[in-house]
Amino acid sequence: MLQPTESGSLVVEGLRIDLIERGAGAPLLFLHAENGLTPALAAIDELAKAARVIAPTHPGFGRSELAKGMRTVEDLSYFYLDLLDQLDLSGLTVVGVSLGAWIAAAIAVKSTARLSRLVMVNAVGIKVGDRETRDIVDIFALTEPDYLAIAYCDPKAGRADYTTLPDAEVVAAARAREATARFAWNPYFHDPRLKSRLHRIRIPTLFLWGSHDRMLSEAYGRAYCAAIPGARFEMIERAGHFPHQEQPKVFAARVLAFASGK
Amino acid sequence: MRVYQFTEQAYFPAWNEHSGTLRVTFPNRKCDPRVAADLFHRYYDEYQLCDELGLDIMFNEHHQTATCMSSAVVIGLAVLARATKKARLLVLGYPIGHRPDPLRVAEELSTIDVISRGRLDMGFIKGIPYEIAASNRNPTELMDRFWEAHDFILKAMTTHDAPFNWEGEFFQYRQVNVWPRVWQEPHPPVWSTTGSASQARVLGERGYVMATLGTGYGTRRLYDAYRKGFLAKFGRAPAADRFAYLGLVAVAEEPEEARRRGELVAGYLRTSPIVHLPFRNPPGYLPVEDNARLLRGETPPRSYTKDGRVISMQQASVDELIAAGILFCGRPHEVYEQIAEFCEHCGGMGNLLMMGQAGFLSHAQTVDNLSLFAREVLPRLKAYEQPDAEAAAAAVAA
Repeated sequence: MLQPTESGSLVVEGLRIDLIERGAGAPLLFLHAENGLTPALAAIDELAKAARVIAPTHPGFGRSELAKGMRTVEDLSYFYLDLLDQLDLSGLTVVGVSLGAWIAAAIAVKSTARLSRLVMVNAVGIKVGDRETRDIVDIFALTEPDYLAIAYCDPKAGRADYTTLPDAEVVAAARAREATARFAWNPYFHDPRLKSRLHRIRIPTLFLWGSHDRMLSEAYGRAYCAAIPGARFEMIERAGHFPHQEQPKVFAARVLAFASGK
Repeated sequence: MRVYQFTEQAYFPAWNEHSGTLRVTFPNRKCDPRVAADLFHRYYDEYQLCDELGLDIMFNEHHQTATCMSSAVVIGLAVLARATKKARLLVLGYPIGHRPDPLRVAEELSTIDVISRGRLDMGFIKGIPYEIAASNRNPTELMDRFWEAHDFILKAMTTHDAPFNWEGEFFQYRQVNVWPRVWQEPHPPVWSTTGSASQARVLGERGYVMATLGTGYGTRRLYDAYRKGFLAKFGRAPAADRFAYLGLVAVAEEPEEARRRGELVAGYLRTSPIVHLPFRNPPGYLPVEDNARLLRGETPPRSYTKDGRVISMQQASVDELIAAGILFCGRPHEVYEQIAEFCEHCGGMGNLLMMGQAGFLSHAQTVDNLSLFAREVLPRLKAYEQPDAEAAAAAVAA
């Protein structure tokens, strides 16, 4: 089982971030969700059985530094484009979950030169509804138990006991909450311009959708999918907003099958 | 010592109708505009009385709540700027950390300063956590926005000979030229509030008037942090007029009536924190270390009695609130002694912000509270000799 402390770190344009690299094979960039990298470690383990997984911790999350001017997912997308240039990666499968999927889309609409395939998992990032309709539940207006109930098929999967966890994880949880707010507060969990740019993504794209997600609707996911030319939509059962966390083996199998051309 | 009277201008008729929150999501259906109108006029009458009594006046602003109807502080300031002649008008504070347009703030406050002929005291605050939702500004950026707005407003008030440009991180303006020109030179005195020692030090370095609320007998620590900052910057001790303290005040000739008034004014403490949990601590409002501590279940104590006990303001009895210097309550001479003793603890406190009306305290009780205070306590406070400022500063420099 991967431990965060086994990760290396990388400096990109003067900013130091944590980065896990594991496994061998075709390169796969994993962009974690707003709950940080730790809940993704089991899935990363599975993916690493058949791919070279590169899993950074986003600026502001975990122990990764945050540049003062970094306020938006746009800023993060440029950071990651710099990272891809620095590591000289190509033929990449990019897998993003939720906030990570928003970052992935923001990267892909700018350039798919280094990308071969895209996997968008319970993706946030666009606006579908009208001005009075909020597509995405206001998670900052929910208590922790209410949030777990909508974000997970089994709320126990998301519960953490901060009184017993190691210090570094408690601090990481506090940082993750703040960093998520930094990037997703206003406009709420989306970029008003992104939907109109999705047509620029001309690489094979798969949407994976945890069927019990009640933070986003299936209709939202399908509208997002329809805006990317040729994208395919698949459900993952017995999983909510974070299917990589609730069903790591099924999740990894679907991603690897898609990455290898199926 | 100056004494500023303050009320939150609450819509208390709805206080018993909440189901877990009086703020943010408490629907405005619970507000009857006819009742609200009566209450606004009553509160303005009480504020106008202050002018006649020799008290100064403090206003505040809160949003989306039955605990305070003053959602746009400039309105109350404007009404009283016209309706008063002598009282200083303190806004504490204008929540520039989360309001969207500091140019508007500069225009509003310049106008108030002119209409009042130079009686504005200008308090800037970052805004309380519960109200981030009202403006939708990003809570992780609050302090950075606050300081840019602060810098902009002061430049707008002190630039007189040509329009200026401002292309900052949060605000962009190209031709800034505020009319009317502010009355007080170089600008109205700046005030702010804090509960943190690090921020207290920053305020000391700027020489602003610093107010604390509900810090009771833990206040000295914050005042001393201010003294350190002031001393470092100005090379001398801050006078007592740099310090302000918000205390609840309930005075009456009869001890039992005084206690009754004390309990009614304490209604503010009982109701102010009634808000749904998710809105109490938006991400980024507190530093990461504090949030990590909260995740671990460690809640920091806030209010201390004179003998070092920690109390919860929301649940404490009238006696505990008096012992903690949060409520000054009793007959006039008792209230004077409590305030004087509190000043000694602080090493000097030159501005008492008295909450002389709150919640269900009636108009008649409020008028008597204010009038009796003005007649029997205020003259003694005005004659009160503050503790030696140099000695207080020397104690922290050592």
